Amino acid sequence: MSQVERQQWDVVVIGAGGAGLRAAIEAREQGLRTAVICKSLFGKAHTVMAEGGIAASMGNVNDGDNWQVHFRDTLRGGKFLNQWRMAELHAQEAPDRVWELETWGALFDRTGDGRISQRNFGGHEYPRLAHVGDRTGLELIRTLQQKVVSLQQEDATELGDHEGRLKVFQECTVTRVIKEPGDGGRVAGVFGYDRESGRFFVLEAPSVVIATGGIGKSFKVTSNSWEYTGDGHALALLAGAPLLNMEFVQFHPTGMVWPPSVKGILVTESVRGDGGVLRNSEGKRFMFDYIPDVFKEKYAQSEDEGDRWYEDPDNNRRPPELLPRDEVARAINAEVKAGRGSPHGGVFLDVSTRMSADVIRRRLPSMYHQFKELADVDITAEAMEVGPTCHYVMGGIAVDSDTAAAVAVPGLYAAGEVAGGMHGSNRLGGNSLSDLLVFGRRAGLHAARYAAGLERRPVLDEEAIDAAAAEALRPFSAEGPAPGEEDGRPPENPYTLHQELQQSMNDLVGIIRRDGEMRQALQRLVELRQRARRAGVEGHRQFNPGWHLALDLRNMLLVSECIARSALERTESRGGHTREDFPVMDRSWRRANLVCRLADPAAARADLEDPEPVRGQIRLERVETEPIRPDLLALFEKEELVKYLAEEELYE
Amino acid sequence: MATGTEPDLKSTGGVRGPARASIAAPHLRTDRWWLPPAATAAGLLAFVVYSSWRAFSDADYYAAPYVSPFYSPCLAESCAPMKAGPNWELVGSWWPLSPALIILIFPLGFRLTCYYYRKAYYRGFWASPPACAVAEPHRTYSGETRFPLILQNLHRYFFYAAMLVAVVLSWDTILAFRDEHYDWGHMGLGTLVFLVNIVLIWAYTLSCHSCRHIVGGKLKHFSKHPVRYRMWQWVGRLNDRHMLLAWASLVSVAVADLYVYLVASGVFDDPRFF
Amino acid sequence: MTTTSEPAASTSYTGHFRVWRGDTQGGELADFEVEVNEGEVVLDIIHRLQATQAPDLAVRWNCKAGKCGSCSAEVNGRPRLLCMTRMSVFTREETITVTPLRAFPVVRDLVTDVSFNYTKAREVPSFVPPPGVAPGEYRMMQEDVDRPQEFRKCIECFLCQDTCHVVRDHEENKGAFAGPRFLMRVAELDMHPLDAAADTGLDRKTTAQDEHGLGYCNITKCCTEVCPEGIRITDNALIPLKERAADRKYDPLVWLGNKIRRRGEQ
Repeated sequence: MSQVERQQWDVVVIGAGGAGLRAAIEAREQGLRTAVICKSLFGKAHTVMAEGGIAASMGNVNDGDNWQVHFRDTLRGGKFLNQWRMAELHAQEAPDRVWELETWGALFDRTGDGRISQRNFGGHEYPRLAHVGDRTGLELIRTLQQKVVSLQQEDATELGDHEGRLKVFQECTVTRVIKEPGDGGRVAGVFGYDRESGRFFVLEAPSVVIATGGIGKSFKVTSNSWEYTGDGHALALLAGAPLLNMEFVQFHPTGMVWPPSVKGILVTESVRGDGGVLRNSEGKRFMFDYIPDVFKEKYAQSEDEGDRWYEDPDNNRRPPELLPRDEVARAINAEVKAGRGSPHGGVFLDVSTRMSADVIRRRLPSMYHQFKELADVDITAEAMEVGPTCHYVMGGIAVDSDTAAAVAVPGLYAAGEVAGGMHGSNRLGGNSLSDLLVFGRRAGLHAARYAAGLERRPVLDEEAIDAAAAEALRPFSAEGPAPGEEDGRPPENPYTLHQELQQSMNDLVGIIRRDGEMRQALQRLVELRQRARRAGVEGHRQFNPGWHLALDLRNMLLVSECIARSALERTESRGGHTREDFPVMDRSWRRANLVCRLADPAAARADLEDPEPVRGQIRLERVETEPIRPDLLALFEKEELVKYLAEEELYE
Repeated sequence: MATGTEPDLKSTGGVRGPARASIAAPHLRTDRWWLPPAATAAGLLAFVVYSSWRAFSDADYYAAPYVSPFYSPCLAESCAPMKAGPNWELVGSWWPLSPALIILIFPLGFRLTCYYYRKAYYRGFWASPPACAVAEPHRTYSGETRFPLILQNLHRYFFYAAMLVAVVLSWDTILAFRDEHYDWGHMGLGTLVFLVNIVLIWAYTLSCHSCRHIVGGKLKHFSKHPVRYRMWQWVGRLNDRHMLLAWASLVSVAVADLYVYLVASGVFDDPRFF
Repeated sequence: MTTTSEPAASTSYTGHFRVWRGDTQGGELADFEVEVNEGEVVLDIIHRLQATQAPDLAVRWNCKAGKCGSCSAEVNGRPRLLCMTRMSVFTREETITVTPLRAFPVVRDLVTDVSFNYTKAREVPSFVPPPGVAPGEYRMMQEDVDRPQEFRKCIECFLCQDTCHVVRDHEENKGAFAGPRFLMRVAELDMHPLDAAADTGLDRKTTAQDEHGLGYCNITKCCTEVCPEGIRITDNALIPLKERAADRKYDPLVWLGNKIRRRGEQ
């Protein structure tokens, strides 16, 4: 073995979405030789799906906005579980990151006086989201991509080689972060394969930035793309770094449920804001039955009053369709479970009976086209079918707030959705794109500084490389007998395993969680993990999607176990985590972070058979967070803090 | 796996080249892709045949007060005298051919270099390409990079000339509000035909891509030129229908000529409205 | 959602597919009979083939919503996004042929080597920021950014590059011709209200023709026809760019004007 191609780089970035590219640009601008590895083609990252905008308190539309207000909104949205230093840095640096994009050629929508226009969004006190129509994510990716090209053009002039200092390895997958030999070693490089040829490669580098995005593909109904298999989460775990608060998964209440090809794709919140109503199969506006007591005073009690609100919001209360995301998602879920769902397992979201066709086409152009082109549904004439969809994971790799360095593994960094802490228990719309830029840059900067400051390059653990190669090849030789089974049992189909995993997570650790179901989920994960070890594939290594999926299963199973274990442990409901058996937020949980680690790092050597598959791979630990800095706490009213903070925190 | 490898420039053969997916068929389209180019070719051919006959015939182009748009302005000495009409004897008596041929150069050049007609005849006559994703029959292709097709870049000059011709045709239309005795204030079916024609001619001429560029498209900052920005938007809306206007004006100009021919050759008398 | 009612059995049928399978060594159209359900797109069928009959069938895809431009291929001979081609546009009896993009070298099955496009992207000089304008001080009017914004809707699916006969039918032109997508990029930068390339001596109007092969385009509009984003590539980018090049190279009035102005400035 070890006949794999090797290259030496200073910084390796895994992932070429917003965070990965921003990190790579920063590391290259620090003068370090930087490699970016991504599973798709360069420029296809899931970041392009972001529609709303980039939250940054530039104050272009309302000059009352500043970073303190943004910080406050972010903490409220995250129910005070946010890593507060991250939220602070994020609010402070977001405007600079947006302005910087303009110098790289980005073209945002403009205000009347030629500045960047900003729009309102849920949870943001002022109009704050820099945007380009409803394709802000595409603009972000394209701008970063073109900045990379621009740097490569500079390098071509200077060095005669476009890829001399910054190279994108597209359509490559990293399966292992390789460290130095021995315990507690530093990062030394990554092991991966080229999807096109199937060839293995090792990039040696003292710094590795993980920016792989989310985990949505572990759930059946998701707005996420195939790439979101939790690779970065798993890579970090396997390298010995802990994950934080993995129970917090954001479900958006309205995703498309039909046709199957677009199941999970988002239906923007403004459909409801502009007058869309939710009905069940009996034609009833069921949201009136789901107004929780705490909101009774703020929401309309009758359809008449709700209807009047759109015209006269000062004298009427808003309709219950506009309750917070989690409330709406829960209500839809309950209606479907009670057998009052739409033909394809959602509920009806209707604008056609309330607005004229012209108004709908003018105010909701992208939704009109989305349904027209993808579902052949004319939303000016008929209702949409919608249901909750897995959208974002707030949890992720535990990082140092200032440097984005992963805990416990020198040389490992993480930024973007794969990093945890920034958004607490729930993310505000628009805070994702700014998170990518702020912490992408920080990760690139500190990864570069770390690499530049080393006296000698780390040495690769050769055994680990051999093991990684054996692990990656295993699906091709899965035809043997299973341990303890009779001979000749056929290998498992990775597609089937994936579907079963998605169904289990959706059903048992989905939007509403119960103790018994999550225990059941953990049982199923054990079974799936055993079967996944026998996932086999046909054909050869060249662009073989079955093989790729078989390898991704390991990551999805690891991440799924983290989610299920953490969700079982947290006996309260907060943000993106809803327990039917513990329906309220518990102040005593505010300071508690749940940290996932690999139970037995030695057993994670995947070329070895799992000695005790039933035991599970994840060890959970409850860690108390650092108190919020007093000057940041002072940004809030005392009455508000009482709702979130535990007694002892208030008196500190 | 890296983002840039040099393309293989040596192999030839288009979609059946050695590096491409080995599929023998030059295309796999199942729709009637040949219909639009065939229809285009047939339509253009019909116009070429008709207009050649009329342009070379040197007869039946004036029936007071109507002058065929093919013969206006009439620049040779041999032209039929038209009272207050477009008789300018810029070319002397030596011109042996039909006077239509002198002036038709300009509208013909305008349409020949027009961005829409280029598409139409490249596809319809030259099969370059015959239809999208249908392999073209030519072994080499240099597009509009060399002579003669590089001359297509002269479109804007034909646009200027076509404007002048359109002005003359507008004058002809005004003259059509006379009767056959040159008394003003009358109108016949021919007047209506001329009116429709001149509106379409102007609409087609102004919807031209060169026109769109000249009125405002060339600007970097619309915000500093609000009037030209307005004009650019207006021309842009016409430009959206450039193809439609190209065909409509082609038909209308032929119909106007045909009308004059029929009246001049005595097939019927121009019905008068008043 | 925890339960999903599957569509009624009557709405599904067996579809006939021919999918090109092979690699650089050769290949052929393979026939498949496969279940098709109401509301599906061609990409769903390809995925069903992977899950049930051909697990190693190679295809690129990502967002499944027409926003990333990964699943470009040719369906019944026409360049399309697989995720945006609904099965309902075909009859049930029809045999649907799916092949890789035929303008680029094939890698395997429906996957092609699109590196031509990335090479071309590098040949277009980047945005040049205006000197002396600090970040945050950029001022641009909406009417000035409208034009380049239309071009920035591009999802880089490369269908326009695939359908363009200049390179599709003439491999030898790949060196000289950037293709519609990257000529549009040149137009985008030339129309960017703050691009300062001219100050550095770079005239994008001239280089469009001299270095990126604008003259090869014979405006036959196939790029506009296939664009899934509905960008009017020919009318709004390529023809305006041709006119801008004509300003520089074929307009004696402009040439004279520039000459006089330059004389005046000296």
